[in-house]
Amino acid sequence: MNGLGDAVVYLNDPLNWTRRSGILDLLGQHLAISGAAVLAALVVAVPVGIALGVTGREAGAVVVLANVSRAVPTLALLTVFAVTPIGFGPRATTIALAVFAVPPIVTNTYVGFRGVDADVREAARGMGMSRRQVVLRVDLPLALPMVMTGVRTAAVQVVATAALAALVAGGGLGRIVALGFGQQDDGQIIAGALLITGLALLTELLLVLVSWAVVPGPRTLPFAAPRRRPAIGPEPTAEGLPL
Amino acid sequence: MRPVLSAEAVPPGGGVLAADAAPNPWFDASYVVDNWNTIMGYLGEHVRLTVGAVLIGSAVALPLALLARRSRFLAGPVLALSTIVYTIPSLAMFAFVFPFTGLSATTVLIGLAAYSLVILVRNFLTGLQGVPDDVREAARGMGYSRLGLFWRIDLPLALPAFMAGLRIATVSTVALTTVGVLVGHGGLGQMIIGGFNANFYRAEIVTGALGCVLLALVADVLLAAVERLVTPWVRVGA
Repeated sequence: MNGLGDAVVYLNDPLNWTRRSGILDLLGQHLAISGAAVLAALVVAVPVGIALGVTGREAGAVVVLANVSRAVPTLALLTVFAVTPIGFGPRATTIALAVFAVPPIVTNTYVGFRGVDADVREAARGMGMSRRQVVLRVDLPLALPMVMTGVRTAAVQVVATAALAALVAGGGLGRIVALGFGQQDDGQIIAGALLITGLALLTELLLVLVSWAVVPGPRTLPFAAPRRRPAIGPEPTAEGLPL
Repeated sequence: MRPVLSAEAVPPGGGVLAADAAPNPWFDASYVVDNWNTIMGYLGEHVRLTVGAVLIGSAVALPLALLARRSRFLAGPVLALSTIVYTIPSLAMFAFVFPFTGLSATTVLIGLAAYSLVILVRNFLTGLQGVPDDVREAARGMGYSRLGLFWRIDLPLALPAFMAGLRIATVSTVALTTVGVLVGHGGLGQMIIGGFNANFYRAEIVTGALGCVLLALVADVLLAAVERLVTPWVRVGA
């Protein structure tokens, strides 16, 4: 089995990086699609999550949304958008990924805003804050860790799923893997898989750092935190909401 | 005789292929009826892969969770590793396994088992850590053996968390199986990509997609029923 060796050879060839539709081109495409999808999802999902969380209504709808979104295969979503009049390509991929990124952000934002202590909110109101100020200056900072968890989950999912777009002629780094299968080139397949995995892990790492930077409160470096029993949720993604 | 595509038929905007003019409905009952056996074949493979992956995942996850509970030293690495594995995109996961097992259902099975394993370990560990230490202490004092302790004390108390994990793992696995199309064994995913490649045949795509969603919902309902059946005491308390 010489797949890994071939992958190293593939990745060490500068031409594979710089040529047209090479790794750099595809990486740029991948990042552009993912970035646009996450931004679009943020614009839609955060206000909805805040509205639902502050009013506390529609809890059932949020749970249903979270459950159903897990049952819909991303591949199906990508394919269905590709055969609409939009046509296959980066635009359809972006829309499908944005749709896919909405549920985790909505659920986590909802949970975050639901979790804000009612007393704190009441105190803020008593201090004369307007409703808007309460949401922006009390609720938001307190809910930010959960909101960021949602954004991180969604972003990692989007970056990972964007690779599947190659199966429906969508572009991105998945194309290296798909091409490798087409050419029966194990090295290229492994190289593509390594690139996609690396990108997903980097996204996760980057967003852990971003949420560490934006969440207010006492700062300890994530790795310098006092040793505690490792905190575990019921599952790795939608933390906080028993689904 | 009228030609299908003549020069006069081309609108000023540009050339239109004959295929674009053909009706391409989103759902077609006659497609489902005509291809019933094919659909059932794909559905069968989908179910086999899902059940196999969740069973293998459970078989590996349970000992891991038991080990991780016993030593705090192991719990950290097990959970960190599970987070990393969960972050690996599905396309890459199957691509990593492919050189070893080739274009076979085994490739898909291994990849899916890895994902369900990761989900299950966390849920199993959550369930096991939820068993109060006092209860275990008391059971040990009453003379329960190691096996008896697990079978009569840990398992019943952790069962709700176990079942929740199984449900999440099963539903996610049903959705993920479609990506197996990469190595030609994606169950209903074969129909999704098959329809895409067959000149964007929507009826096939939508049938495959709906099949996946329905399968996931049926599996979830079934597991919920099993959960009620095996934890009757949960309802009595309510």
